[in-house]
Amino acid sequence: MTGLDPLADVGGGAQPLLDVKGLTKHFPIGGGLFAARKLVRAVDDVSFAVGKGETVGIVGESGCGKSTTARLLMHLMPRNAGDILFDGQLVGADFSLRELRRGMQMVFQDSYASLNPRLTIEDSIAFGPKVHGVADADARGLARDLLTKVGLRPEVFANRYPHEVSGGQRQRVNIARALALKPRLVILDEAVSALDKSVEAQVLNLLTDLKREFGLTYLFISHDLNVVRYISDRVLVMYLGQVVELGPVDAVYDGPVHPYTRALLAAMPAMDPDARTQVPPISGDPPNPIDPPSGCRFHTRCPFVEEICAKTVPPLAPVDAHGHGAACLMAVPGSGHSRAPAAGAAA
Amino acid sequence: MTVRDIVPAAAPMVAIDDLTIRFTGERKVHAVNGVSLTLGQGEVLGLLGESGSGKSVTLRALMRLLPKKRTVISGGVKVAGQDVLAMDDSTLADFRGRTVSMIFQEPALALDPVYTIGHQIAESVVRHEGKSQAEGRARALEMLDLVRIPSARRRLDAYPHEMSGGMRQRAMIALALACKPKVLLADEPTTALDATVQIQILLLLRELQREMGMSVIFVTHDIGVAIEICDKVAVMYAGQVVESGALADIVRRAVHPYPRGLLASTVHGAKRGARLETIPGTPPSLDHAPVACSFAPRCGFAQPRCTTALPPRIELAPGRVVRCILAEPHAAQVSA
Repeated sequence: MTGLDPLADVGGGAQPLLDVKGLTKHFPIGGGLFAARKLVRAVDDVSFAVGKGETVGIVGESGCGKSTTARLLMHLMPRNAGDILFDGQLVGADFSLRELRRGMQMVFQDSYASLNPRLTIEDSIAFGPKVHGVADADARGLARDLLTKVGLRPEVFANRYPHEVSGGQRQRVNIARALALKPRLVILDEAVSALDKSVEAQVLNLLTDLKREFGLTYLFISHDLNVVRYISDRVLVMYLGQVVELGPVDAVYDGPVHPYTRALLAAMPAMDPDARTQVPPISGDPPNPIDPPSGCRFHTRCPFVEEICAKTVPPLAPVDAHGHGAACLMAVPGSGHSRAPAAGAAA
Repeated sequence: MTVRDIVPAAAPMVAIDDLTIRFTGERKVHAVNGVSLTLGQGEVLGLLGESGSGKSVTLRALMRLLPKKRTVISGGVKVAGQDVLAMDDSTLADFRGRTVSMIFQEPALALDPVYTIGHQIAESVVRHEGKSQAEGRARALEMLDLVRIPSARRRLDAYPHEMSGGMRQRAMIALALACKPKVLLADEPTTALDATVQIQILLLLRELQREMGMSVIFVTHDIGVAIEICDKVAVMYAGQVVESGALADIVRRAVHPYPRGLLASTVHGAKRGARLETIPGTPPSLDHAPVACSFAPRCGFAQPRCTTALPPRIELAPGRVVRCILAEPHAAQVSA
């Protein structure tokens, strides 16, 4: 393929491609002449790393901050605090925003809203490379190559407009456009959520193929726990702007530690007519992220809540030696919760 | 004549017979093409299908909610013994909300933003049952308790925008059930909800359905949701029911390649890295009425006759219908 060269690897295989430290975003709302200003704590001190070639999933319900996290990583909005390191380079200092946009691309949920309706599919895909200095003819050639890669015949689709193709086909176009700058990391924000099930399976297979072919790293954001388990190596569970549990996907799904993760997994439909869910795992809606609960943010819905939970913010503590961690006082030795292991005991 | 005389106990609560719906205008759309379904009292039927399969259009036809000027409907639709397609406007106004109610995916759009929840429920009771405002308000409180809205008395005076998504969905269910309808139509009522809220609403609906003995038609694209709530399932594709029967039969022993493909393509339980089974291609355009099997272009088992004639409608057992030539050997076994 012609076009841009992919960004060179800097730190070697052991260095995470993406390292996020203390990422925080607060939206101020209200605050008129007399009303006090309130804060939506959309993302609050979120830290995680994504290794090279990994797929990391982020799950959580609406308002948990998963999409805001993605937008902060892409620098689509300013953050209040936190450092983002791309292959060891501090974004904004060692690494310019222009370079970041080449290294990191994003696919959104709404396939139609994310394409310019007045550009043909070929023009949309060629747009990014042209901005980065690729000659027009080369950029068009690249666009056609990419269309083939995502399973759309260029002679049929290149000159069509976004409204002339189906939702699944449009999402393939968005994937092709994201790949046009030869990124190393692709953020997929609910990228298959709007698709019908049979089309979703096709696009998931495509994502698996492209990852292998281009050596990509994915950050896969979804509310669909089944899809996340299928595609991810590791998973982050978010609740009201914070990471409550993270770890290898099988460890988290087979042995969830945080009561929220347990409830979320138990809320999945049974898929077996003889084993229907009988009791809802938790009651009520997730609280508003405006002025979230004190201490552990889940304490208002937690079946194991104790007095200490409203006072102490639980740290994200390791539960095993393989990277599985949870932010629950019950998992912190000597935390004061009656179910916590005694202080000094091995986790 | 009492209601009992009109509707014998054995008569189905909903009977759809060869329903065909076409939208006219700039483009013709053959949205529903010969759907026949029956639903007994107290049964929960799931209409399962992907976008454009005609499931919501079929549901809306049961309440005549489709735009009058642009819709051509033929076939028969009977609900509680009444011919829905023959109703005049005033009969229809009595029928909606009283005999049949509907709940929608987006309660924020289905509820009136300028009236309180209590007012909207009371209005329905006053209109349909001729009760006083005070009685209507008492019923509203009873209904909010029934759908487990915490501090219901305070919520009576809440506007829809003051409630969370899950609460609004509960309020809409309370409104729909206020006049104790015989049939509840549910159009993806849990699709927009978070996972932990979705399961609460599904369990609530299951419980209310049992308590009130309602018949329910539940439209969904999510097999998992259908499994949680339905007794029977009808799978739709390109405006036709391709397979219908008891839930467990469809989930475990589907015959038609489309439901089989749908079940196989779920990522539930799929091994990471293993390829997912997919149904190739995309659903057909609905510009023309089908003259052959609509699924044949995507089907791995298609034979020449699938593309030349409509597939046979084969009844494997009472209530178990498959529209596919693959059902012929099964039918032969059953009759042998």
